[in-house]
Amino acid sequence: MPELVPNHALSRRTFLAAAGAASLGAALAACSGGGTAAPAAERVSQADIDKAMATPTELVFWTWAPEIDQEVALFQQKYPAIKVKVQNAGQGTPQYTKLRTALQAGTGAPDLAQIEFQYIPTFTVLDSLLDLRPYGADALKAKFVDWTWGQVSGPNGEVFAIPQDTGPMGMLYRQDIFDAHGIAVPKTWDEFAAAARKLHAAAPDVYLTNFAANQAAAWHGLVWQAGDKPYTLSGKSDIKIAVDSAAARKVASYWGGLAGEGVIGTETDFTDGWYAALNSGKYATWLTAAWGPAFLSGSAKATAGKWRAAPLPQWDAAKPSSGNWGGSTTAVLKSTKNPIAAAVFAQFLNTDPGTTKMFTTKQFFFPATKALLADPSFAGDAPAFYGGQKVNEVFGAIGETVSPDFQWPPFLDQAVTDWTETVGKALADKTDPVAALGQWQTRLTTFAKNQGFTVQGG
Amino acid sequence: MKPRSAGPWFVAPFLILFALFFVTPLGYAAYLSFFQHKLIGGTVFVGLDNYAKAVADPQFLRGVLRVATFFLIQVPVMLFLALLFALALDSGLMWLSRVVRLGVFVPYAVPSVVATLMWGYLYGQDYGPFAQLSRTFGLPVPKFLSESWMLGSLANVVTWEFVGYNMIILYAALRTIPHELYEAAEVDGAGAWRTAWSIKLPALRPALVLTLLFSVIGSFQLFNEPKLLQTIAPNVIDSSYTANLYAYSLAFTGQQVNYAATVSFLLGAVIVVISYTILITANRRRQP
Repeated sequence: MPELVPNHALSRRTFLAAAGAASLGAALAACSGGGTAAPAAERVSQADIDKAMATPTELVFWTWAPEIDQEVALFQQKYPAIKVKVQNAGQGTPQYTKLRTALQAGTGAPDLAQIEFQYIPTFTVLDSLLDLRPYGADALKAKFVDWTWGQVSGPNGEVFAIPQDTGPMGMLYRQDIFDAHGIAVPKTWDEFAAAARKLHAAAPDVYLTNFAANQAAAWHGLVWQAGDKPYTLSGKSDIKIAVDSAAARKVASYWGGLAGEGVIGTETDFTDGWYAALNSGKYATWLTAAWGPAFLSGSAKATAGKWRAAPLPQWDAAKPSSGNWGGSTTAVLKSTKNPIAAAVFAQFLNTDPGTTKMFTTKQFFFPATKALLADPSFAGDAPAFYGGQKVNEVFGAIGETVSPDFQWPPFLDQAVTDWTETVGKALADKTDPVAALGQWQTRLTTFAKNQGFTVQGG
Repeated sequence: MKPRSAGPWFVAPFLILFALFFVTPLGYAAYLSFFQHKLIGGTVFVGLDNYAKAVADPQFLRGVLRVATFFLIQVPVMLFLALLFALALDSGLMWLSRVVRLGVFVPYAVPSVVATLMWGYLYGQDYGPFAQLSRTFGLPVPKFLSESWMLGSLANVVTWEFVGYNMIILYAALRTIPHELYEAAEVDGAGAWRTAWSIKLPALRPALVLTLLFSVIGSFQLFNEPKLLQTIAPNVIDSSYTANLYAYSLAFTGQQVNYAATVSFLLGAVIVVISYTILITANRRRQP
């Protein structure tokens, strides 16, 4: 807390510098006369920004981040005229449903909302997110990890949201179970499969991991790791759907094989039974995202000190890669009556050193900013739950291997539901997930065509 | 003339609310069902295309078939139990009849969300009481949430919730039977069972038809229980498990509000057809 005042002054300077750089950049761009990217929308002048930030305004911010009032308080300290009303409209899908309903109704939508990376196209297809470039957002590109900027950018260079936190995928494993059964940390998927069989044969009550048959997000992260690009958006209404590509089939037959052999679990995750299983040592690893370590230390207290972190097993040990699961952004809705104040808040919340630091210590978000990832107090954190291992450093390194090309469809809810009913069901029932991939592809292609998209790869 | 003009005024408040909260939404849904809103291309008039699509939609048909099966299994069991309890209470031969009456009715007072969550826990494979009991006795754990048992598990929850409600309706109907009939029966030498069969059951026919109609509507609209159990068994209860659940998923997951309206109307049509069939059959029997 004592750092507040110096940070406050520093962040104002930083912000003004950034805004100044933005204006300078805009002036230079105008001078150079036509660049390679599509022309940016006109900048809002610094004078207008200052005026808006001094006008008493109320902003409504929908977020499910717990206890975010402390970060909001920092913003309100800096801009006392702006009041931010934080509302929890549900976590994830329920909030998106409400947001879509409010947008369709024309009233009731907030000024800002927390939107996960994977849902951004679902809202840009409705033309509901405000392009933040006029408010200086494109000057922030260098602050963020590269692939996150790709996720929030539009096809014409628009910046639709500011990254808040990320979830690069890694593997948390039980060192004690590995030691007891003489299992080395698997570096490739082949080693992982062999270890799964060995472990389950030696200890029939224990599985190497659980692949939740309802967790489409984990599936997408794993095919992302395999270099897959299931959805390609070109322009507003053209989409290529290839969810049953060769890479996806490789992943499906791998997990289908392990599930069929009965050497991995396929139970629903984040349920009471699953928490109990983690606490009792039923699963020796958890393939999860960078928010996993903090989450696990809160939910599996009985196993403290026994877990370690490592990168995911690789398809090609020479080219380490990973995918992302989760992570959110702050987006401004186009329907807002206070675009300047909302845009400034979104940028402040996710770049201010004070707020971003709090995100890691209070909400345990995994940072999206390069500065915080490199910060010694963050990277050097060595929690006792992980036997003193620097887990943040491990996940930070993993974050660099996430491919920046992955895209999401503009109808993710439908894609997720269809996945659960085809591939997920095949994994749970131990039938063929590769055939299920074909069904998923058909369902999505039919849906997209029905909705007016021009679909390739149908 | 004057007394007649007061009639409409008394009915007016109800009619206004009825028009506002019942007729208008229905009309709007009907209007919506003739259009289609696409993510690319906006709203387009499609006439009866949505209806043609819904009638051939395997997901919708499966959902309707499933609730029809549910109706055929669950409702007779539930009404039989309700009848049994009502007759037992009315016979005056039951101990602590007031306590029993309250006890059977209490599940109806429990909100269905709470009831389903509670039963979901009871059914749990790992930590539910049935699972733990089976393990203590070395028996295989009953798979309440598996595909083959799921409909039965749902039927159990719904029966538990509504037996009391139906029992009260039947019991109230029994209480209106004039006592002279009982006295006449006693004079004729009829015992409790014969009285029940010859006097009470025929008198209960209107009440039974009423509870049957309510049950038709309730079973075909089955939504709460599957939706809540979907969180713990997402691979068994899919988005079109029942027709109503399908309409909900279409509207809120698939953003296909128009098609959802169509499915709702078709479901409503199915319910109307079945209800009228029951009513006509029940009334026909009255004329020997």
